[in-house]
Amino acid sequence: MSDAIWIIGINMTKFGKRPDKDVVGLGVEAAQAALADAGFTMHEIDIITAGNLMATPGFGQAVQKQLGQTGIPVYNVTNACATGATALRTAIMAIKAGEAQIGLAVGAEKLSGAGLLGASGNQYGGNAWEPQGRQGAVMELEGRVGTDLMPGVFAQIGMQYLHRHGYTDTSIELFARISEKNHWHSTLNPLAAHTKPMTVEQIMNDVMIAYPNTRPMCSANCDGAAAAVVIGDAALKRLSPEQQRRAVKITASVLTTDPWEEACQILPNVNTLTRNAARAAYEQAGVGPEDLDLVELHDCFATAELVHYDNLGLCETGGAVEFFDSGATRRDGRTPVNVSGGLQSKGHPISATGIANVWEVCHHLRGEAGDRQIAGARVGLAHVIGLGSVCGVHILEKAA
Amino acid sequence: MQITTVPIVDYLVLDAPPHLVATVCNQCAAYYFDHRDACASCFATDFTRAQVDSTGTLATFTVVAFAAPGVSVPFIAGVVDCGGISVRANIVNVEPSPDLLRLGMPLRLTTFPIGKDSNGVEAIGFGFEPSAIAEGRR
Repeated sequence: MSDAIWIIGINMTKFGKRPDKDVVGLGVEAAQAALADAGFTMHEIDIITAGNLMATPGFGQAVQKQLGQTGIPVYNVTNACATGATALRTAIMAIKAGEAQIGLAVGAEKLSGAGLLGASGNQYGGNAWEPQGRQGAVMELEGRVGTDLMPGVFAQIGMQYLHRHGYTDTSIELFARISEKNHWHSTLNPLAAHTKPMTVEQIMNDVMIAYPNTRPMCSANCDGAAAAVVIGDAALKRLSPEQQRRAVKITASVLTTDPWEEACQILPNVNTLTRNAARAAYEQAGVGPEDLDLVELHDCFATAELVHYDNLGLCETGGAVEFFDSGATRRDGRTPVNVSGGLQSKGHPISATGIANVWEVCHHLRGEAGDRQIAGARVGLAHVIGLGSVCGVHILEKAA
Repeated sequence: MQITTVPIVDYLVLDAPPHLVATVCNQCAAYYFDHRDACASCFATDFTRAQVDSTGTLATFTVVAFAAPGVSVPFIAGVVDCGGISVRANIVNVEPSPDLLRLGMPLRLTTFPIGKDSNGVEAIGFGFEPSAIAEGRR
């Protein structure tokens, strides 16, 4: 296909506590390494797309100033936890539109010690109750009318799945076992924030955050960055055979938001937009879930991983529990999921995540994943969700 | 008449008995609990307010044990299916222990005072309590 887009260089920094660098420095580290991986300098780059959720406006230009200022356009994007995927997709769209031949997408975040994300200050400081906002609230509603914070929201999403699909009597140890899998996977990933195995008992007995998710079942706030260099087909053909050999084909790139559905403004619906994105991606790529050799999905909480088995079509509708219990998603199973360790142990520096999961897949497709290599991997899928909501799905294929 | 109470949100109506009201799209019947510019489902702009059943069943829940500063924990957050209308609420008047909660359990609306402002006006909150508890109290 002549209009194919390829990843020619990609990198993920070490995730974890990174006091050695500021967020711009982390972005530069990933970008320089991605450029080196591609065999390029900033001279070859036509466009920069950059994502950072928590820090300075103009993040992309700040990275550019440390990387090399060639006067090319920079697009700063934010899209919740799908910010990295949005940066990547923006670069892909620029190439598809014919406005660029080679793009650099970078995402970075500093979150070590950030605590609970989304917790807002109380803006109800007056002496008299006064209805404010679109619900006419006289006080902060968090904790009084349910919860809007991630741990509680994703906990309810997992429990909702059990309720809807007849698993009401299933032990919530299920979620600890999902987490155990990802922590076990992380022992083979030297770039993960946490690389220690944890037993189901350790996970169950750890600090409860929002039932049923204990702390090890929640994504780890940490520092990190990832960057990718993407290139159009025509430009790729002009590169050396060695560069072409390591190129990874992006056979699908999809971004969706949640279409209106009953109750979607009561509890965020992370299901339909993922199902829609997956369906579109499989169609674009001409593959089905059964063709995937590995999947990196957005396990921001153990409860989220369960529902996305179903949403990505990895199992039959309503069959996520049996699917997991079959061992299919372990690294030696039929459809390995989160062999990187996932967000629960690799970590979730928000804006890096949507490129870091693509890096993981590319690493396996290139046969460069070392101890954790999934043997013979040819096709992989990377998925992210941002509440609000946004879903990014990329399907990648080994060069022929 | 002197105003002595105010609802925590304006979709809680403090009549006897207190109840919740949804904002319902005149064209497609999608419902909301916030002030609307337009319907997210069909884009229409005409709405009416409709009373929501005060009984329902527990569609999902969590027990939040770790929260932002100023929020008391633990508390039970959930979604209650009130005759086909989903409502976000705390589950109250039951120990915040997962063992005492069951997905699908029947619940009913209840209200309670939260605190007074400098004019002596009491803010009234709402939650859903297990129907069995409410029955036992009669």
